[in-house]
Amino acid sequence: MGMTMTQKILAAHAGLDHVEAGQLIEADLDLVLGNDITSPVAIREMDQMTVDTVFDKDKIALVMDHFVPNKDIKSAQHCKCVREFAHKHHITNFFDVGEMGIEHALLPEKGLTVAGDVIIGADSHTCTYGALGAFSTGVGSTDMAAGMATGKAWFKVPSALRFVLTGALPKWCSGKDVILYIIGKIGVDGALYKSMEFTGDGVASLSMDDRFAIANMAIEAGGKNGIFPVDEKTAAYMKEHSKKEYTIYEADADAVYEAEYTINLSELEPMVAFPHLPENTKGISQIQEDIEIDQSVIGSCTNGRIEDLRCAAAVLKGRKVKKGVRCIVIPATQAIYLQAVEEGLVKTFIEAGAIVSTPTCGPCLGGYMGILAEGERCISTTNRNFVGRMGHVESEVYLASPAVAAASAVTGKISAPAQL
Amino acid sequence: MKAKGTVFKYGSNVDTDVIIPARYLNSSDPAELAAHCMVDLDPDFVGRVKEGDIIVADKNFGCGSSREHAPIAIKASGISCVIAETFARIFYRNAINIGLPIIECPKAAKDIENGDQVEVDFDSGKIYNRTKGTEFQGQAFPPFMQKIIQAGGLVNYINAK
Repeated sequence: MGMTMTQKILAAHAGLDHVEAGQLIEADLDLVLGNDITSPVAIREMDQMTVDTVFDKDKIALVMDHFVPNKDIKSAQHCKCVREFAHKHHITNFFDVGEMGIEHALLPEKGLTVAGDVIIGADSHTCTYGALGAFSTGVGSTDMAAGMATGKAWFKVPSALRFVLTGALPKWCSGKDVILYIIGKIGVDGALYKSMEFTGDGVASLSMDDRFAIANMAIEAGGKNGIFPVDEKTAAYMKEHSKKEYTIYEADADAVYEAEYTINLSELEPMVAFPHLPENTKGISQIQEDIEIDQSVIGSCTNGRIEDLRCAAAVLKGRKVKKGVRCIVIPATQAIYLQAVEEGLVKTFIEAGAIVSTPTCGPCLGGYMGILAEGERCISTTNRNFVGRMGHVESEVYLASPAVAAASAVTGKISAPAQL
Repeated sequence: MKAKGTVFKYGSNVDTDVIIPARYLNSSDPAELAAHCMVDLDPDFVGRVKEGDIIVADKNFGCGSSREHAPIAIKASGISCVIAETFARIFYRNAINIGLPIIECPKAAKDIENGDQVEVDFDSGKIYNRTKGTEFQGQAFPPFMQKIIQAGGLVNYINAK
């Protein structure tokens, strides 16, 4: 029986010729990731271990991105704890204010994640690196601690769903619309414990930023990982960003999938996920009612990359954010921020009446930098619209692409960019 | 090992943001996290929960963020076991790794109601609803996970190796 792309990567990292879905394995890790919320818990766990050293100081990444620049004393204490740990263990890839970015945009940009890697991160959106043809998955702090100490993690080999993409996306559609469409179709537990393997002729038409956004939200369908085949675009991205050697794995022709879905990209339209689950999706043409918004957030590990900002700027250029709407733009990394400055995007945002923040996860998880009050409504390019996710338990989050979030900021209600 | 207590019953897709909202994630102290456990879903939970009580839920319990603070808050609030139709995968790992007993059992999740008295035998995987007099067979952990649970979590398991 053939193996899926994910199964091949896991087999190679477990020193096995063959693995099957359901098999428990122990795999070698190429990278262990933590952030300022999850790392302090992992560090405390590691303190209780008999091991006193990390397995490899070059294969651990600690990114201060959720509550930085620190929003309060307690979060400052957390960062201090991680900073001291990084110093003590000479962690090469410790990213503090000034160097940091939102982890899942930062690590590929720094070349730390490449095709064929096995990566765990104490952050659920670690699945993002599947865009590069790596196996990467979110875990908790204890797994992170064990990973830092031993360089290994246990996995149950996942079965897989296959998504065959055909065609090319129409104007104003992006990777975000693809993944929202898929989650709407299979549900928030539609890929529970499984791999989501993307394939088909349509993959070639997707940019790397589209693929990052799609892989990023595999977890919102319950997936263990999302993964793309490696093509010329992937190779070019890795050549530009990384010096690491990479390995290309391909699914066997007779690999087994639990289900297969074919999606014609050219038939998609901008999608919006209604409160309070990412599966509550509608195509924007199906929205008949006026849904007025108080805030529009453009950023996050899903949609804070340069193409996202370019798209939002194209919508906002020469237009104004509607009075009464707060539009918050957050470039995901320092490099993206600088590029946005150099390309004039930041000027466009400010002239339109939006604000531009330093990189942070802040508003996505209701941390800071855009908390919602009771009864307020936000359109957001982030990844979750759970009850209370961005603030008050009586607030509402609608998920969409940067194009839709920008268009909605202009009109003050959820709007299609094509209709401005 | 056994658990016995009163049930708090919830629906599907209970996410880790409602189990422990991010506004409390500037702490990692179990007692402090427990003081806000389930607050955005069931504000009465913290005031009513007693040592040994049991959470029962439908599908995809613990979906969303990987925050281990969620199972930590549940465990520190005194909950002895979570029974659900299915669990989100990161929550499942985290619960095992920190030693919070969890059992997948769709039939029990359907039958058990809020306030029922429930007993769980972890060795046999049996779930007894004492209020209704019903009995269910939960899914037993594979031997590998049983070893982690018996060691009291992943840290002790690694220390013992």
